[in-house]
Amino acid sequence: MSKNVLKVENATMQFGGVVAVDNMNLEVNEGEIVSLIGPNGAGKTTAFNVITGVYAPSNGCVWFEGDKIVENYPHGKMQKLYKGQNNGKYSHITAPTPDRITKLGMARTFQNIRLWKSQTVFENVLIAKHLRTTSNLFSATFRLNHAEEKRQREECDELLRVMELDGVRDELATSLPYGQQRRVEIARALATQPKLLLLDEPAAGMNPQETDELTAFIGKIRDNFKLTVFLIEHHMDLVMDISDRIYVLDFGKLIASGTPEEIQNNQRVIDAYLGVSNDA
Amino acid sequence: MSRILPYLLSGISVGGQYALISIGYTMVYGILRLINFAHGDIFTVAGLLMVYAAATMPLYISAPLVIILTIILGVLVEKVAYKPLRTAPRMSVMISAIGMSYLLQNTMWYLTGGLAKKYPTLPWISDKINVGGTTTSRVTLITPFLTVILVIFLVMLIKKTKIGMAMRAASRDFETAQLMGVKVDSVVSFTFIVGSGLAAVGSMLYFTNYATVTPVVGAMPGLKAFVAAVFGGIGSIPGAVIGGFIIGICESFIKGASWTTFSDAFTFGLLIVILGVKPTGLFGESLTEKV
Amino acid sequence: MKKNNQRQGLITAGIVIVLLAVLVLLDNAAWVPPMLLTVLRKGVIYALVAVSMNLLNGFTGLFSLGQAGFMLLGAYSYAVLTIPVENQTAIYQQFKNGGLHFSITESLTNVMGEFGTLIGVIICLIIAGAVAALFAYLIGLPVLRLKSDYLAIATLGFAEILRALVQFEKLGPVTNGSNLLYGFTSFSNFQIGTLHLGTVMPFLFSGACIWIVVLLINSTYGRAFKAIRDDEVAAEAMGINLAKHKRMSFVISSFFAGISGGLLAMYQASVQAVTFKSAMTYEILLIVVIGGIGSITGSILASFLFVGCSEWWLRFLDNTTVVSLNGKIASVIVICVAIVGVVALIFWRNRKKAFADKRNTIFLTLIVGAVLLAGQIKFAISSSLQLPLLRSGFRMVIFSIVIMIMVLFFSKGIMGDRELPDLLQKRRNAKAAKASKGGDAQ
Repeated sequence: MSKNVLKVENATMQFGGVVAVDNMNLEVNEGEIVSLIGPNGAGKTTAFNVITGVYAPSNGCVWFEGDKIVENYPHGKMQKLYKGQNNGKYSHITAPTPDRITKLGMARTFQNIRLWKSQTVFENVLIAKHLRTTSNLFSATFRLNHAEEKRQREECDELLRVMELDGVRDELATSLPYGQQRRVEIARALATQPKLLLLDEPAAGMNPQETDELTAFIGKIRDNFKLTVFLIEHHMDLVMDISDRIYVLDFGKLIASGTPEEIQNNQRVIDAYLGVSNDA
Repeated sequence: MSRILPYLLSGISVGGQYALISIGYTMVYGILRLINFAHGDIFTVAGLLMVYAAATMPLYISAPLVIILTIILGVLVEKVAYKPLRTAPRMSVMISAIGMSYLLQNTMWYLTGGLAKKYPTLPWISDKINVGGTTTSRVTLITPFLTVILVIFLVMLIKKTKIGMAMRAASRDFETAQLMGVKVDSVVSFTFIVGSGLAAVGSMLYFTNYATVTPVVGAMPGLKAFVAAVFGGIGSIPGAVIGGFIIGICESFIKGASWTTFSDAFTFGLLIVILGVKPTGLFGESLTEKV
Repeated sequence: MKKNNQRQGLITAGIVIVLLAVLVLLDNAAWVPPMLLTVLRKGVIYALVAVSMNLLNGFTGLFSLGQAGFMLLGAYSYAVLTIPVENQTAIYQQFKNGGLHFSITESLTNVMGEFGTLIGVIICLIIAGAVAALFAYLIGLPVLRLKSDYLAIATLGFAEILRALVQFEKLGPVTNGSNLLYGFTSFSNFQIGTLHLGTVMPFLFSGACIWIVVLLINSTYGRAFKAIRDDEVAAEAMGINLAKHKRMSFVISSFFAGISGGLLAMYQASVQAVTFKSAMTYEILLIVVIGGIGSITGSILASFLFVGCSEWWLRFLDNTTVVSLNGKIASVIVICVAIVGVVALIFWRNRKKAFADKRNTIFLTLIVGAVLLAGQIKFAISSSLQLPLLRSGFRMVIFSIVIMIMVLFFSKGIMGDRELPDLLQKRRNAKAAKASKGGDAQ
């Protein structure tokens, strides 16, 4: 049994009276590719934002490699609105900013691509290396860190080669076609040297051919970089091909989990979501 | 009481004047999300216009004329400096506002030769009267009432009329309002008309208490009025008015306690405290960015 | 590659040496108009402030308007530390026993002579920057969490608070209240024998600081700043600590603003709080915009242009009369060309719009242009030498109109977000490409 990398425990996220994520529990084990699927507005991206520290959850906690990284309990206004279970199980607030979570080894991409628009592909990747620099402001300014700088540049070039982006190294990142921009975003996330890669709808807006390429690609980078991958996706082909396990979210609640075959045959999932496109 | 009263009176009076100016800021910010840095200078221009107008005309002609000319200037500033930049980043529009303020100040300097102009004594409202044992000018008493009446009128206008509804729509979501057929250009023009008109009224009341007008004199009350708008929650008219009164009264007491050097600093200190504690101000609504 | 770098380094060093030699020459030649020296000195100081503001506004995307406040801190720190002891009683006459009763430059001069003065000035400038940086750190704690325009207004407010604080009577024994500070070491103190160095020194100080900023911007931290400017959310998700990096940028920017404040004090040879108003920040912001937000070379060029125009080249607009007929004709031609140019510019900007949309603009422009031209023609055929409109203050009106035209029509500034060497490089590459293509054809 491999150890789990990510564990989400009783996570609830409320915005006012709206419960976007309701008492969610999930686990991602080392080396797995796990998908989180669900209809639009099911709260998938909110779940991502809770895991990566963009939002502090109203209740619940997130474990990363055996450490509790996010924890919160309902208080103040939330206590009144709170309808979730496990009230009182958590009594601490741990809400690190996203950068600290990324530093621990968790990197993400965005649903609507967020590349740094005035930077080239290479610079986009290089900037993501910034969090691993050990040089301080002074040594960086006066180029006393050239050994580190050189190593980082070489690592980035290597990464671009692996990602098959070396041809567009010096292009403006946002001038690339959509599929390549997605790949730059993944490269950028990989540059932070993560153990867990979170992909928010990596195939959104891609044509079938690009999607197929991406499917092969995600498997390849998992093996190459010894990663664990957790992704949100709409493209069922991709999810079913690639995933070791799948979680299904509907109206903020997890309604099913299991292997792709189990999910495909689960009546609740078919009712909620797959029923429409089952013949595909 | 008798020691406090004069400060309280002058505080309420100055506060009312700040309130009138800050409405212009808060309305423009509410719709265009722009700090109209030129507003303080428009206020000064109104003061200067009054100097020239009152020299040749009786008050009942000069006062409306000044208000009308100030309104024209306000709308012109919008058309020249802000309208072409409607789709530009917010920073460019703000820079344009700063440039406009620079232009207005330099033009006023050129026209006046940089000399301080003596502000005319307006009949009746400059008269001295006695309130609770302290002598003050009549403007001190008129200001708060006039402010409140104008604000009630304005709030009614926004709540009841069609253009008011359009303004509320534009301030909630400028682009959607445009798509829904709201004539945003005329809404913006109307905002500037109201803002500049109130600034002109505010300037008449404000300068009555001071002997002279110089080209740069409006910058500071302008900024303070903006602070008042932020304090009350930017975009909210009652908020701006309450903010104006609070700042005016506090400032008056600080001056009374012979800390005059810090009366300006206090206003900005208040701004920083309110932004730190409640960035949306007293009555502002919060906006969150979606990730 | 390495050889290329070396060559570039040599070329840069050569340019710097030639520039410094020219400056020394200008400083000492009799035929140089004093205005040129003024523009050069003030221009290079403004270049440093503009660069420091650009670091914040252009490279980190923080819209701050506190630059004048930090310059004020720098100027006062520098002045207070360098006023010679014997002058202190006269300067602080309002405040009994005022002044620090020591002066860093003076003490060092006594020990090491002229070299000591230089060391003292450098130490005091660094202290000036450090004081500004310290205040920036404290101010940054509450303020940097705010978003764009709130940040602008809060920093503007802090600058005003600092100005009030300096004028506070209780601090009078140090800051001399709202009175002038003067008599400290200034640029005119720099000379070796009869060789004046009054223009070279500000260039050296400013140049060194700007060089450091350029190094910083191209370092890994500078890249992180640019990431924050481009997309804050993505930057944070990629592990860049927003609070830390924003504060870093704010403190560094203020440090250099402080140094430039000290330099400005040296240039003016006096310091008074009233000069550091928000209008000063606005001027610097306009320089940054004219040069191009996010371009260091743009900021530097714009500083010289701005100072040159406001102090020197537009000065003729303040004269009320011309001396001769030639001057009259020249002025008429210049102004007519300017009017026609502006009208043409407005037409050119509107060329793609439908006629109905631009009708008002076009009529308004034509009428105003025609009236102004008619005025000029009337003046040209009249016998008077008294220029219409021109009198004290007209220069600044024209100047601010030019700035508005820049802001409205060329919002990218002269350089956009590019740098001068990049442009030259591109040009050379294009030429090389053309040449090789030509070679292929043969």
